[in-house]
Amino acid sequence: MLAQLFRFKGGVKPQTNKTISVQEPIAQAPLPARLFVPLHQSIGGAPNPLVQAGDTVRKGQLIGGADAWVSAAVHAPTSGRVLAVEEHVAAHPSGLPTLSVVIEPDGRDEWIERRPVDHQSLPPERVRELLRDAGVVGLGGAAFPSHAKLTPARSVAMEQLVINGAECEPFMTCDDMLMRERADEIVRGIAIFRELLAAREVLIGIEDNKQEAIAAMHEAVLRLAPDYRVVAVPTRYPAGGAKQLIRVLTGKEVPASRRSTELGVQCFNVATVYTAYRALACGEPVLSRIVTLTGNVERPRNWEVSLGTPMREVVALARPRADTGSFLMGGPMMGFEIPDLDAPVVKATNCIIAASPGLFPPPPPEMPCIRCGACAEVCPHELQPFELYWFSRARNFGKTQEYYIFDCIECGCCSYVCPSHIPLVQYFRFAKSEIWAREREKQAADAAKERFELRNARAEREQAEKAERLARAASARTSEKKAPPERTNAVDSPPAAAAGEPAAAAATDADAIRKAAIAAAMARARAQRELAQPKNTDRLSAEQEREIAAVEARRGAQPATPEATAGAAGSGAPAGPQRGE
Amino acid sequence: MITALAIMALGAIVLGAALGYASIRFKVEGDPLVEKIEAILPQTQCGQCGYPGCKPYAAAISAGEADINLCPPGGMDGVRKLADLLGREVKPLEAEEKPKQIAIIDEQTCIGCTLCIQACPVDAILGAAKQMHTIIEPLCTGCELCVKPCPVECISMQPIAENIDNWKWKYPVFEIKRAA
Repeated sequence: MLAQLFRFKGGVKPQTNKTISVQEPIAQAPLPARLFVPLHQSIGGAPNPLVQAGDTVRKGQLIGGADAWVSAAVHAPTSGRVLAVEEHVAAHPSGLPTLSVVIEPDGRDEWIERRPVDHQSLPPERVRELLRDAGVVGLGGAAFPSHAKLTPARSVAMEQLVINGAECEPFMTCDDMLMRERADEIVRGIAIFRELLAAREVLIGIEDNKQEAIAAMHEAVLRLAPDYRVVAVPTRYPAGGAKQLIRVLTGKEVPASRRSTELGVQCFNVATVYTAYRALACGEPVLSRIVTLTGNVERPRNWEVSLGTPMREVVALARPRADTGSFLMGGPMMGFEIPDLDAPVVKATNCIIAASPGLFPPPPPEMPCIRCGACAEVCPHELQPFELYWFSRARNFGKTQEYYIFDCIECGCCSYVCPSHIPLVQYFRFAKSEIWAREREKQAADAAKERFELRNARAEREQAEKAERLARAASARTSEKKAPPERTNAVDSPPAAAAGEPAAAAATDADAIRKAAIAAAMARARAQRELAQPKNTDRLSAEQEREIAAVEARRGAQPATPEATAGAAGSGAPAGPQRGE
Repeated sequence: MITALAIMALGAIVLGAALGYASIRFKVEGDPLVEKIEAILPQTQCGQCGYPGCKPYAAAISAGEADINLCPPGGMDGVRKLADLLGREVKPLEAEEKPKQIAIIDEQTCIGCTLCIQACPVDAILGAAKQMHTIIEPLCTGCELCVKPCPVECISMQPIAENIDNWKWKYPVFEIKRAA
């Protein structure tokens, strides 16, 4: 604890409101009547469904296989029957549907065969694959597949592994409760990650308003891995941002649009480490997560919820008060309003807050920017939100990129302090998604252009080839006309030639050539037909041959001459001639 | 006097040679303005502007033969960008602006005539003679060139539905005063 701590610039201190939801331990949420497990729950590729309607699945069975390196598998959270693989509303600010597996639990909760592995005996690549197939993703809220972050940089040795237990968002306590109750598993999980990254030092950063969690982690570390350091960091939002926590613990500042691995640091959330440990040491993939239910509710508490449980059933556990108007997923600073409570709990759902006008008063009307610079003072990434705001508002997206809009982590500090109540983050989100859409359009246009050019080149080439072919045919015709006139004259049309009518001769020549060509083509076709013998007639038994001969004879009998029938009969079958007679 | 003339003449020869060399060495192939215009055009290759593809239209704009408001797929946004690039006035679009669409072949009706395959400028239709055809959706630019040639009218244009992957955050709009 004597380590020197650093400061990140900016940040705010909103009211934390955390104590209400840590009064009771984590409880297991009951299984719902139907689970809607979205296949695309992490950043990266969308897993392919591996089950179909009518299949029975067991708890932990793979239902969505990772389709790319940056992608994570999805599993059945309990045993039961797959009712459908269909579009269901997603836990997403748009409220649009996404492909989900609908499972009806059978109540038996039967596990697949769990195979614990010893990560030390396996090569690191295999461990990363196992983590991907266990669906381990960043549970801090971003849901980035963890295995993709577990490859050490080749050029830089990994110095510090930062474990993020800061949990700076107000109201949210899921990581706090996890550290209090399951510290041992977290510490054992850290050992796995440390080995994969070959990190020299492990720093566990926890905000100093979580004394119980710090004590629990400290005790576990002392017992299991005394060289890890549990560090209490000052409570200041957003201390739990990866770059901010790295700055506070190590003093390293990750430059714009670079990764922390380039500086020899990597950062993981405590819940991620916990699930990785469960995945390897117990063979249990990620099937549930701890969700904080808080806000305007009668029973705020942390629940372990199966992924895919509709939020409507989850929020009912906390008994929202009557004046609850809406629900937020994530914290009040970075979360979004849930458009439809039928949306399921996913790996990114760390907290559901019941919002009421008393708790979160409606924002006052947006006023003009007075250029006070308060947003720039609190921006933890040292951006200039007011500049970004002007350019986003004017849809001048090129300029927003010059001011590094993509370094904005949307933490909401700028909106929080803005005296004009400008929803700055909303403008930045708008600008970012517009830039992405334009980028996609540009790529599509470039691809279309390339295909158009290729098609034109092909058309030109084909035309040239055709012209060449025609020219060759024409020249062949003229040379033929010149060379063998004696033959045609002698054989086909001596009288015409004798009569001295060159035009008529040419006409007959052309006719003759065409006829000859047709005859040749017919002969070729016949030859081809003869060549193409049916393939199932070789290696026949004597009996089969006899049978075939009989059939042939019967077919030939009626129109054919008696000799032919007799011949066919002579070659084999007794049935042939009878029918023929 | 003679020296002065000689110096000037020598200078003229040297500079002339340098300029002549530079004009060959640094010759710009093609018209860079055409490329810049083409980068703004949406590359649907639909011919709605009256030119056979985006590049001929870009060349026509660059030569001053065509107006900048003839590209419906580019929309008003495209017109604005072109006006910006060329220093011309923004004009309203000649045709009406449509949402982005893609062609869909009704596979039950398709007779496999390959006419639409021949019409598609970006090779986005898969099929063969007397076989069912289908649109490769990610490649379709929505140019509508395949709709007319179809003898059984089995191709329809459908707007691209919003999904989670192409969903965008909306421009923040606030009611200044809520109606009571």
